[in-house]
Amino acid sequence: MELTDDNKKVLVEPLVENNPITLQVLGICSALAVTSQLSTALIMCLALTTVTAFSSAGIAFIRNHVPSSIRIIAQMVIIASLVIVVDQVLKAFAYEISKQLSVFVGLIITNCIVMGRSEAYAMKNPPWESFLDGIGNGLGYSLILIIVATIRELLGSGKLLGIDVLPLIKDGGWYQPNGLLLLPPSAFFLIGLIIWAVRTWKPKQVEKADFAIQPAHGIVHGEAH
Amino acid sequence: MPESVNSNPLVPSLKQRFAGYIETAQVYAQPYLDLPNDSFKKTVAVALALCLVGAVVVSGSAVILRPLQQWNKSKDEKVNILEVAELYQKGMDVDAAFQDIETRIVDLATGDYVENVDAKAYDQWKAAKDPAQSEAIPADKDIAGIKRKPKYAKVYLVKQEGKLKTVILPVNGYGLWSTMFGFIALEADGQTVVGVNLYDQAETPGLGGEVVNPKWKALWKGKKVYNFSGKDVHESNLSEKGQTVEVGEVALGLVKGFVDPSKPGAEYQVDALAGATLTSRGVSNLVQYWMGHEGYGIYLTKLRSARG
Repeated sequence: MELTDDNKKVLVEPLVENNPITLQVLGICSALAVTSQLSTALIMCLALTTVTAFSSAGIAFIRNHVPSSIRIIAQMVIIASLVIVVDQVLKAFAYEISKQLSVFVGLIITNCIVMGRSEAYAMKNPPWESFLDGIGNGLGYSLILIIVATIRELLGSGKLLGIDVLPLIKDGGWYQPNGLLLLPPSAFFLIGLIIWAVRTWKPKQVEKADFAIQPAHGIVHGEAH
Repeated sequence: MPESVNSNPLVPSLKQRFAGYIETAQVYAQPYLDLPNDSFKKTVAVALALCLVGAVVVSGSAVILRPLQQWNKSKDEKVNILEVAELYQKGMDVDAAFQDIETRIVDLATGDYVENVDAKAYDQWKAAKDPAQSEAIPADKDIAGIKRKPKYAKVYLVKQEGKLKTVILPVNGYGLWSTMFGFIALEADGQTVVGVNLYDQAETPGLGGEVVNPKWKALWKGKKVYNFSGKDVHESNLSEKGQTVEVGEVALGLVKGFVDPSKPGAEYQVDALAGATLTSRGVSNLVQYWMGHEGYGIYLTKLRSARG
């Protein structure tokens, strides 16, 4: 299937330019919870991308017939059904990881990225574009999750995907793991740092202050009062 | 039909394949599709149709995937049994390791093995729900909060060179939110704890959910269940033959604060879970219940005396 330039834009833009986590600051809750290990983060990314893509496509397909009074509930039904299917599939094919992800797969239903994309994009665009938009936003979310999970697992427990990378002192190596990185707040710090880095690189993303603090009288010269 | 699907080249072929069905569906759906979106009739119709589709998708996936999920679950149970008996290593062949474990059915009331039940197929917790295979527990005795108990229990025996090494007993009990299911493994003396593993639970993550924390589970190792020095509180009579079996007092339980190993009685005490009073109480109660004469008490007493 050929991708038009518009399609490519929809797919690539959420990676950095319009990243759901760093720019829209959505989906933070699960980003804190599932990133202490890379393997859980990867499965979560896969689950969320699948749900976002297919729910967007499904919602876009019926978008012209959804009464606006039950718009949100209609979206939720589609999203919730897909999340349950994904949860069932994980329980069947990745039992260990589904146990570790526990409630967080179910919580994809309330993930702001899924809702946000269906409300903001899928309600106004055709299914194929909406599907790509879902994939794109899922990938944007995944990108940040993978970065955060890599840092947390590597520095927090000296491993990557469960394989020893940095030999720990307690096993006779040289690395003293940083326990803070295994706790959810560390993901907050990391995401904050990533947002800082991205906005330094792309100053356009810096939000304008809602109000400016008035300079005190007498300090700013040249103003006649 | 509105535009919307034209950009998708998959659609024409699908349309050809399902042409008949699509036309029939269109005939029925068209009057509704033509209604204004916000009319009452269409709102109800769309809601119903969506619910129907959602229900079919969800129940379809649940039914199709159930065999795989059950296989996973039974494998997980085997892993947990091996783990509680300290036989589990990561990446081992679970089924092969399980060959060495003998599964037996025990009549809880007499403490004897039952031979006429297929041990492999028997499901103790399913039996507990079946009135024919279980009995209701009177409210004053139901400290574990499980309402019914099965007549027969399924125990796992680990043998080494023909001699019994570990006996693994399934237990359950109510915590704060959920009935916790798991295993208690005892040494062949029916007294010393090898491990406790309450793997199936839905307690508060981070508080009561810490029952699965390996560090906490490790605290149980080497603890003693029965206090034989005091008077034997539970005297259970085996009505039919009028014989009595003295079951020791179940002393094992959780205590708040730090267990000082130098103090007397420390061998009966395990640290309670911080911030999870009700879950800890549930764990104490389930140990109390299942190790007592209502549970495996009689069986374990017989096990001890048979060993001499």
